[in-house]
Amino acid sequence: MKLSGAEILLRALELEGVEKIFGYPGGAVLDIYDRLPFSPLKHYLTRHEQGAAHAADGYARATGKVGVCFATSGPGATNLVTGLATAQIDSVPVVAFTGNVPTYMIGNDAFQEVDTVGITRPITKHNFLVKDVKELADTVKKAFHIARTGRPGVVLVDLPKDVTRELADFFEEEYKTPVQIRSYKPVLKGHPGQIKRAAKAIASAERPILYIGGGVVSSGASDLVVKMAEVANIPMTATLMGLTAVPGNHPFFLGMLGMHGTYAANMAIQESDLIIAIGARFDDRVTGKLSEFAPNAKVIHIDIDSAEIGKNKPVDIPIVGDAKLVMEELLPEVEKQVAKNREFYAVREKWILKVRSWKERYPLWYEPSDRVIKPQFVIQKIWEVTKGEAIITTDVGQHQMWVAQYYKFRFPRQLVTSGGLGTMGFGVPAAIGAKVGRPDKTVFCISGDGSFQMNMQEIVTAVHYNIPIKVAIINNGFLGMVRQWQGIFYQKNYSQVHLDVQPDFVKLVEAMGGVGLRATKPAEVEAVLKEAMAIDDRPVVIDFIVDREEDVFPMVPPGGALHEMILPSYGKKREKKAV
Amino acid sequence: MDKKCEDRKHIISVLVENQPGALARIIELFSSRGYNIESLNVGHTEDPTISRITMVAKGDEHTIEQIVKQLRRIIDVFKVRDLTDKKKLDRELLIVRVNVETPEKKEEVMRLVEIFGAQVVDVSKDTYTVELTGDEDQVDAFLELIKPMGIREMARTGRVAMVRALQGETFEEQ
Repeated sequence: MKLSGAEILLRALELEGVEKIFGYPGGAVLDIYDRLPFSPLKHYLTRHEQGAAHAADGYARATGKVGVCFATSGPGATNLVTGLATAQIDSVPVVAFTGNVPTYMIGNDAFQEVDTVGITRPITKHNFLVKDVKELADTVKKAFHIARTGRPGVVLVDLPKDVTRELADFFEEEYKTPVQIRSYKPVLKGHPGQIKRAAKAIASAERPILYIGGGVVSSGASDLVVKMAEVANIPMTATLMGLTAVPGNHPFFLGMLGMHGTYAANMAIQESDLIIAIGARFDDRVTGKLSEFAPNAKVIHIDIDSAEIGKNKPVDIPIVGDAKLVMEELLPEVEKQVAKNREFYAVREKWILKVRSWKERYPLWYEPSDRVIKPQFVIQKIWEVTKGEAIITTDVGQHQMWVAQYYKFRFPRQLVTSGGLGTMGFGVPAAIGAKVGRPDKTVFCISGDGSFQMNMQEIVTAVHYNIPIKVAIINNGFLGMVRQWQGIFYQKNYSQVHLDVQPDFVKLVEAMGGVGLRATKPAEVEAVLKEAMAIDDRPVVIDFIVDREEDVFPMVPPGGALHEMILPSYGKKREKKAV
Repeated sequence: MDKKCEDRKHIISVLVENQPGALARIIELFSSRGYNIESLNVGHTEDPTISRITMVAKGDEHTIEQIVKQLRRIIDVFKVRDLTDKKKLDRELLIVRVNVETPEKKEEVMRLVEIFGAQVVDVSKDTYTVELTGDEDQVDAFLELIKPMGIREMARTGRVAMVRALQGETFEEQ
């Protein structure tokens, strides 16, 4: 049977298991939107294409499924760019479809024409321009295959308008056959010899540490990694992307490492003799000064992308493969090795005690107040009222780091945050995507007054579809992270960071049809959160007026090594508040 | 100096889908990651749907290793091989137009052409256009010697290379 390109696309999406799409119509995609009402796919009309890309991204991060977004040609496509780059650098599977001018007008500077595949080439895993409707079905199939296999990523498919109008045969049975891409065959299984070597190194190290990245979360290896830590007595630290791989209260877990990592995590890395990096990429925010990063450590690096191995830090035992498949082989080998080595526990005991003493002596800390709301206090209270079980999305800045430090996650995929690109404006649309994908979960976006203003129009999308996301604005009237840097490294020369001219967020959200709440004193925080939790048919935004000049600590100064981190003051009496 | 840190020229051979966009992806990889390409040559192979790209890039071992790995990540790329230290056939084509206003110059150019096994392919009143195929050193040496004549214009293809059959294996079998 002959179908139009638009019909083929929508049917193919169904066969891929797609249920929800985030998008925005326009001239070049009219034919697709014309057929959309006759498809079982549920489309969410965001208020900006960037919102559609972030929502698809948030959906993918929260569910593990491929996120899908639609946009028209020209400005529609360029508006997707930030969203696609955000997903790509964090290895999130997203497939974007953009319209374009008809094939016979390409290159003509036609109305709303841009070179979409050219613009998005460096920010996608792969992209396609479909020039013939006969190639459409096969291209969609390849796009999903590439997005979700190997190191996941973004694939964009550009669809000239005539391709969506013309007719072609579409055979469902043929569509369901496996994909063949002769030049693309990701390596998934680890090398058995290397796995044995790794197991030996793990069992014989005195001061090992597990450095867990986002790859552990996305491949579903979390349980296996935690199991290995328990079997072999290894402390664990995680990157921002890897935080949810380990239960936040696990006795071996030291919290996040890197620029705003905990003292224990950073010291354990620096003093270790073996780093077991899994699904992580030795990013500059993690390593600090690279030449002084873990100077005495051997490195085992497990990653699906061979290009990440040895990119920043020389590696002693590289293992290319999917984290879960490698861990399935590695864990039994480690168990064998540990059983062989009788002195194992005695050797490891000293290290565990040392790490624990760091954790106890220099915990995360802030000066509590009953006068002014401390931002960290808000995050702890959100953790309490959500029982630590909410999906948290964030924007970028101080609030993001406080979430990473103070919200103790319980299960994988609970944190949806822009790690690599650091995209302000991500939180609200990502929360919409996450809630659409996981309607059973409370989804809380923790944002800042700067970030919120970057994509606050998406509150209207949440109102439109009755998506009951919660948003906490950690409102300090500053671009807080930039202010912190100007404060510490630029002699308090606060340049262009004042945001005290801002809308009344409560009235603004009410005007958009959501619920606006505000807390100005510590005593109000819990009540207002409980009020927000009781609302389940609309978005709620809570404006938390917080201490204006609170800084994020610990902090590794730029160019410094991890052990050179600046610690919090711990108050005059060094009274400690364990968290 | 540690050999690993030394910059040297590497010749990298890449087999890639003969698809629009594939070449752009490879070139953009070099610009976006700050690598330098010295020369780049593209042509299809015995299979018209597959192109062979031969490129020369300068860098230390770490940089070249990264280039090779990053090239392998590109979806349209089949095979990437650093041929620098392999036994290989390695050729470049040069076309150069030189001044030959005097009989002495004409004679000198003809002498060099003969020595290098080159060919004069175009003649005007006061210029010869010479074509030479050889490895990079030969082409460089020829140019060096002919330079004093006065070079009007020149074009080089950049290197193309293939592993020698006597190694017992072809590129594709790797």
